[in-house]
Amino acid sequence: MSRKKLSRRQFVAATALSSAALITAPYVRGAYAAGKLSIGFWDHWVPGANKASTDIVNAWAEKEKVEVQIDYIPSQGNKNLLTIAAEAQAKSGHDILAMPTWWPHAQAELLEPMNDVVEGLIKQNGEPNGTVKYLGQSKGKWLAVPASVGSQIKGPCSRIDLMKQHAGIDVQALYPAGAPPKADSWNLDTFLKAAEACQKGGVPFGIGLGETSDNVDTAGAIFQSYGAALVDEKGNLTVKTDAVRQALEYYKKLISFLPPDVGAWDDASNNKWLVSGRGAMIMNPPSAWAVAKRDAPQVAEQCWSHGFPAGPKGRYAPYLAYFWGTWSFSKNKEAAKSVLRALSQPDAIEKMCVASGGYDLPCYEKLTTLKVWQEEGPPKGTLYHYPNPHNHQTLSIAAAPAPPKIAQQIYTQATLTKMCLRYHKGEAMEKVLAWAEGECEGFMRS
Amino acid sequence: MADVALQSNRAAAQAARKRSSLHKMLKRKSTVAFLMTLPLILLIATLVIYPAFYALHLATLNKSMQRFVGLSNFEFLFKRETFWLVVKQSCIFAITAVIFKALLGFIVAHFVHNIPAKGQRKWRGMLLVPWVIPPAMSTLAWLWLFDPSYSAFNYTLSFFGIGPIAWTGDEMWARFSVILVNIWVGAPFFMIMYLAALKSVPEQLYEAAAIDGANWWQRIWYVTLPMMRNIIAITTLFSLIVTFANFDIVRILTAGGPLDHTHIFATWAFRIGIEGSDIPLGASVSLFMVPILAVAAIFILRDISKRGNEA
Repeated sequence: MSRKKLSRRQFVAATALSSAALITAPYVRGAYAAGKLSIGFWDHWVPGANKASTDIVNAWAEKEKVEVQIDYIPSQGNKNLLTIAAEAQAKSGHDILAMPTWWPHAQAELLEPMNDVVEGLIKQNGEPNGTVKYLGQSKGKWLAVPASVGSQIKGPCSRIDLMKQHAGIDVQALYPAGAPPKADSWNLDTFLKAAEACQKGGVPFGIGLGETSDNVDTAGAIFQSYGAALVDEKGNLTVKTDAVRQALEYYKKLISFLPPDVGAWDDASNNKWLVSGRGAMIMNPPSAWAVAKRDAPQVAEQCWSHGFPAGPKGRYAPYLAYFWGTWSFSKNKEAAKSVLRALSQPDAIEKMCVASGGYDLPCYEKLTTLKVWQEEGPPKGTLYHYPNPHNHQTLSIAAAPAPPKIAQQIYTQATLTKMCLRYHKGEAMEKVLAWAEGECEGFMRS
Repeated sequence: MADVALQSNRAAAQAARKRSSLHKMLKRKSTVAFLMTLPLILLIATLVIYPAFYALHLATLNKSMQRFVGLSNFEFLFKRETFWLVVKQSCIFAITAVIFKALLGFIVAHFVHNIPAKGQRKWRGMLLVPWVIPPAMSTLAWLWLFDPSYSAFNYTLSFFGIGPIAWTGDEMWARFSVILVNIWVGAPFFMIMYLAALKSVPEQLYEAAAIDGANWWQRIWYVTLPMMRNIIAITTLFSLIVTFANFDIVRILTAGGPLDHTHIFATWAFRIGIEGSDIPLGASVSLFMVPILAVAAIFILRDISKRGNEA
């Protein structure tokens, strides 16, 4: 076997020639000329909903010649939160990562500013709702791009028949499909009376008081309806106020009309409550209704999503926002911004909303009246009022308006629902308030 | 010339001695044992020692992880009411669960030991099932049994006019539930260890005790237990460590609720560190287990080595 030897002189000459050829060669745009992009999207509950995002990204990648890798990261077991924490620690990971509610603020120092993207989108799609501004902005800097995928309102989803039968309330008349709400009489007092009537009728409202987000969100909206906040926007403690006392008094009455085990409820409990036909109302996006459509159609055709009852200080509904963030250590920021623009175009947003059966809710004011919410059923129009099309209620998040890093602790530690439970279990009002004040003081550490 | 020849001979002899000493060292049992355990040592260094030191480093940073704060995180924790609740619960959870696991394991091991050898294997296999199923999976089944609204236990109890019991909704019942599941998962480990220990107790000792007129209880107290002391101590220590550091059972069953009354170190560290985005404080909570377990380990291991020396 003969082996040709390469001399040092030949090696140097060959290297110089190939380098010169590479430098002088004309630029040919290859299949993935604009580099690589890795995306970590939230893994949608609704079967098939991920496909819409994949199709939009693939179409963009084809046009822009970018090699894209998409990972769908579930929120079950907080896998998405673990991924965010791990990538922040490693300073390495996806170029784009879906971040729920508080995480843009929690990782603010490590995120690429998105003003150039979001300001353009606002011009095109209209103003985002106040909760998205509160969660997505810091000192005039957009920390991430608001995502329609995963964003939702957790308003009431009522049983038309049971509310009529036990509480004498026609929710379709209060919130008619295709028309503005006629819900002036729908306030916290009527809500309490309806809760009592339904409990007596054996179909109590399914409102949890556990430590997961569905439970905390409802408590947050009711507290805000009383103007009650534990910490104000400047970071001052406001626990020992009349508004907080009133909200606690209200909750104490409400708890007595709820199922006895609500203290142990998680985010699945209320869905099961509605789908099994045991309750007249839950506070949830249309996911429970979507499951009922598949598993208990006779329940689904009696469901109606509508607005929150008003309190003395206004009508508030919980809005849970999702964002798409790009790390400051991302290797392809320009491509990331470009694909986020593509994902936030009105037609792309509509495509994703349709794929999710109306679950996803864009935050922009021009995009709350899409056809999908008018057409979904049965019953037809059940989702018409879900996206708050008439700006009938203020969209909010529990623990707001406290500075987001403090609010995140109040929210995660479920301070509001714990206060309600403590007071309901017989602890003195002032003791409950003192406990909550101590907790909030602890949350202020920097 | 002779000197040169002598020197070269000496060098060759030295080299040969070196070779033979290396050869001897490689032939030594301890060296072979070390080399064989080296992969495991490296694995532990990468997956345990490095993360442990990293956790120590994290625990000394401020919330945004940009500033060194020394022991301030621990100082902060000591002032929190919830932290002391977690310390108390972790101790209640671990100590109660380990006592019952040991007791149950001891009793069941005796039963299995007395089964004729022919059918014993079947029983051993069946009794190990709770221990070999991943706890995350078996706890999900328990969650359905304890479900707040659709509990199978409550359904059964309702036929006897009992309940419904808020298994995961009432503070005391929730504590009971998480401890019960931990005992269910962990008791087979004690059972199999105690069974092995029982089999190694020489039959002559029981015969001698019987000749001396010892009753059943005296045979247990004066023969079985002293012969099993070391294995009891080691299994207790091992189980104490694992139970203190438990995460999955509490996380799946109650997530620390109601009102934080079932939180233990690991679940509270997760709540603070990952869900609350305060990784340094979460690391401090999880590190607090170390001194507690170190004290327990020192006492138990000292007792074992003292008895070993006496023997």
